[in-house]
Amino acid sequence: MADPIRVLVADDNDVDRMLLTTIVRKEGYEVQEAVDGFDALRKFVEHRPQMVLLDAMMPGLDGFEVARRIKEQAGEEFVPIIFLTSLTAADELARCLDAGGDDFLSKPYNKVILKAKLNALHRMRTLHVTMQEQRDEISRHHAHLIQEQEAAKAVFDNVAHTGGLDVPFVRYLISPLAIFNGDVLVAARNPAGDLYVLLGDFTGHGLTAAIGAMPLAEIFYGMTQKGFTPGEILREANRKLLGILPKGYFCCALMLVFNFHKGTVEFWNGGLPPAVLMRARGHDLLHLTSSHLPLGIVSEERFDASTRVLEMAAGDRLLMCTDGIIEARDARGQAFGFERFDQIIGAAAADSPFDRLKQAVYRHMGASGRDDDLTLVEITMVTPEQLGRDAAPVEPERPAGSEDWQLSYELGPRSLRASNPLPLLQHIVMEVPQLRSHASAIYTVLAELYSNALEHGVMGLDSSLKASASGFSDYYQARARALEALDGFVRFEFACQIDGSRGSLRIRVRDSGPGFDHAARIRELSLEPRGTAYFGRGLRLLNNLCHSLEYRGCGNEVEVVFAWSDEADGAIERRAAR
Amino acid sequence: MTIATTVADQGEQLVITISGRFDFSAHQEFREAYESIEPAPGRYCVDMREASYIDSSALGMLLLLRDYAGGDNADVQIVNCNPDVRKILSISNFEQLFTIH
Repeated sequence: MADPIRVLVADDNDVDRMLLTTIVRKEGYEVQEAVDGFDALRKFVEHRPQMVLLDAMMPGLDGFEVARRIKEQAGEEFVPIIFLTSLTAADELARCLDAGGDDFLSKPYNKVILKAKLNALHRMRTLHVTMQEQRDEISRHHAHLIQEQEAAKAVFDNVAHTGGLDVPFVRYLISPLAIFNGDVLVAARNPAGDLYVLLGDFTGHGLTAAIGAMPLAEIFYGMTQKGFTPGEILREANRKLLGILPKGYFCCALMLVFNFHKGTVEFWNGGLPPAVLMRARGHDLLHLTSSHLPLGIVSEERFDASTRVLEMAAGDRLLMCTDGIIEARDARGQAFGFERFDQIIGAAAADSPFDRLKQAVYRHMGASGRDDDLTLVEITMVTPEQLGRDAAPVEPERPAGSEDWQLSYELGPRSLRASNPLPLLQHIVMEVPQLRSHASAIYTVLAELYSNALEHGVMGLDSSLKASASGFSDYYQARARALEALDGFVRFEFACQIDGSRGSLRIRVRDSGPGFDHAARIRELSLEPRGTAYFGRGLRLLNNLCHSLEYRGCGNEVEVVFAWSDEADGAIERRAAR
Repeated sequence: MTIATTVADQGEQLVITISGRFDFSAHQEFREAYESIEPAPGRYCVDMREASYIDSSALGMLLLLRDYAGGDNADVQIVNCNPDVRKILSISNFEQLFTIH
């Protein structure tokens, strides 16, 4: 049996009070008596009664004032008050309720009505208590959930961090709708120093988005650092997301690769609003529109990971956003829209439109709140000099590695079409401890040698096509066609010799193509001022990165050498030391 | 948002007509619209004439319908899209998965 309900009876009239006390006690309530207003307040504080019967007219402190103070004392707790009154005028009775009373009872008392009112108010009180308990439980659960989400978010942020974006030429805004954001923005440099950026927008928010974002970020970071191409990374991401996301969930994504040496951006857009390329010179805006299905919808066989390459000069800017910006609504439900986005970029001339876009979106939404995640990124192309020599991952310890070895690796037509040998070869070269701090230079050299052998050697593509901006995109289209039909091979030969403090790595690449007049080409290059041509940059780069570079025979074989000595503090000796 | 269905072509085609905003709130109703039809028709048509807006969860629902209708072998048409709806479908390149008129 639960404790009896405590009722406070306050009446300065002894007879009335005793009468009332008797009736209430008979109903099974526990009664405290108070003889006037001040006594009522004292007893309320002392006994904490759950219901109060209060005479309206008492000397000293009247019932109205007592009611006000009791309600104040009770705070959130619901303490029903019944006024006892001989008043009958409607406005007087109304005054009882205005003062905080929950009901009133006219003198002389009707026993039946009194009992009914006590029971009714008791039921209300119980309901109120239950509601409060449920409310408290919900807020406890909520607090717990928030706490768990915060912990999970810390894990999430460690996996999908934006560390790669903290450079002066990148500006970004990520504004999460919930603790978990449906948007993912990750960036990393590949071994050659190219900046890979992936912007993703998962259907839905919260957990589903976050669960999908984690493997996406892991694939992105892992494969970028190992030197995989964007196409390979996208294929793997698509395969993984298709496997783990429930049907009907997917990830719209935009992948960009900025090559600062060549001044190019390679992109793949599957379902995100077009990224906008604004030239430092000229007013034309170029749209990097979506031409692919989002990630996680179709099977590997149907997935199209083909990318496009655009020329991007220093000072050119690329702006990208998720549909949260485009669909941001004002008070009347009007979306921000593509037109406004373009207009603001167009009006920015050569300046950064980032702040203006951000302000315009916030102004547009006003107080109407946000109904999606807002993500906006601006990346400005810089020259390799502006970029500065990137601090390659430092490998202080030098565990023993292989000292004298040779390796020959030949790719036939099917491998040339379908695979990328660079991550594997890079991995092998990194077995040489002395070369680890030069990972970036070596990857760049491997990548240049391979693309020269494949594109100009095996496929016979003419790099002078790239001499104009339009020819530039023609070149990459021709490359895709030639790749489908190619026949031939590319052979890598590595020879490593370490002798105490000195050592060298020789890389020879031979292709099945007819070769080219290398002597003439090198003469030409030495006459052209640096960086004016769209082509030939690769060759120049190679020349600067290795100890020696030499074309052999008819030009279908090239040999580069990396040499080092510990006296030179581990630095690679370069023939052209700039 | 309302969803209405009509069976056409002697039970061969199910036409699902969407009105108003096609978003997550339609999830249950949209699914029931095609799952409740016995026997399942060979072709599906989603009529967007009255649809004012679709969001990415609606795209997800269309994918679910496509999957239900046979995945890569599904015959699902999306017709009468207004320019806004059409734009959302094009950005996601859903032409590769659905016949869109």
